[in-house]
Amino acid sequence: MAACLTGVCLVCSAILGGVYAMTKEPIEEASRKALLEALAVVLPAEGEVNPEAQFIEFDGKNYEYYVQTLDTAVVCWAVKSAVGGFGGPLTLLVGVEKGGVVHATRVLSHSETPGLGAKCETEASFIDQFKGFDTSVKSLKVRKDGGDVDAITASTITSRAYAEAVSNAVKVVKKIQEEVQ
Amino acid sequence: MSKFSIITRGLVKENPTFVLVLGMCPTLATTTSAMNGLEMGLATMFVLILSNIVISLIAPVVPDKVHIPVYIVVIATFVTVLQLLMQAYVPQVYATLGLFIPLIVVNCIVLGRAEAFAGKNGALDSALDGIGIGIGFTLSLTVIGVVREILGSGSVFGWKFIAGDGILAFVMAPGAFLVMGYLMVLFNKLAKK
Repeated sequence: MAACLTGVCLVCSAILGGVYAMTKEPIEEASRKALLEALAVVLPAEGEVNPEAQFIEFDGKNYEYYVQTLDTAVVCWAVKSAVGGFGGPLTLLVGVEKGGVVHATRVLSHSETPGLGAKCETEASFIDQFKGFDTSVKSLKVRKDGGDVDAITASTITSRAYAEAVSNAVKVVKKIQEEVQ
Repeated sequence: MSKFSIITRGLVKENPTFVLVLGMCPTLATTTSAMNGLEMGLATMFVLILSNIVISLIAPVVPDKVHIPVYIVVIATFVTVLQLLMQAYVPQVYATLGLFIPLIVVNCIVLGRAEAFAGKNGALDSALDGIGIGIGFTLSLTVIGVVREILGSGSVFGWKFIAGDGILAFVMAPGAFLVMGYLMVLFNKLAKK
């Protein structure tokens, strides 16, 4: 009885080990490709992107970021920023230029309600408002909270989280710049 | 029982969703659109066929006292294999179904078929049973997904025919129960004839 269960478990773990070893490479490849795609969306076309992640601590949380350089000068940062949304963490990649101007944003993962909050990934009118969003003149808050972000209809919580994630990314970049100087 | 009727039985007489009413968690949760329902159905079918075959082969030598743990280990192995393969080769699909793939392990249909059918029948019949029940499950999920997507988003398989929003409640949990309930009534009414 015990021998049978042990035998089955041994065979199964051997199979899993094999499949894991076989798929390790493609899985890493797929996630690297997804990251590069996201970086291409949120950063300007010209310049070199360093695909090595760097880390900085801000407000008690560890942020992952990527640097884009043009002729050895840093021109843009891409920060991975996660905030609790309606259904779970909403993780964005935010491209930020010097002076706190948002270049573009992209959703990396979310668990928002399909048909409502999930539109933060697809609705162009919502996503595009962050392109070139200048934080020195506009406020990264939804209009309901007195800011300049147009929320997705019936998804204020998701929109609020999105704006907060972008806002955090901008603050992180500000800190990165301060530390470098 | 003829080989053919083993397959067709899973479609109507023992339809896992509308007649046996098994595996409700993924059914209600993943059918927010037709495509999601179809993908979830296919993923479950993959596990169902393979676990049915393996379990029918090992059942004669597994002592009665440990047969449930052994079945669960076999099922869990196939689910993890599926999860790794999906992550590696279809990351987009994996991103939408994500959490519900590991949950196939506890889907009552898979263990239910192992207990009720594969444990007592040969490998070929068990494979056919897996195909039949799998197709029944996939079709049911796709139909629920189609109805919810039409009412909730005004589209079918992502093809939009009504501009703007649909009745949003149908994309969310309450809509899942409503659509499921009405389809179950309709299905059983038609199947009885």
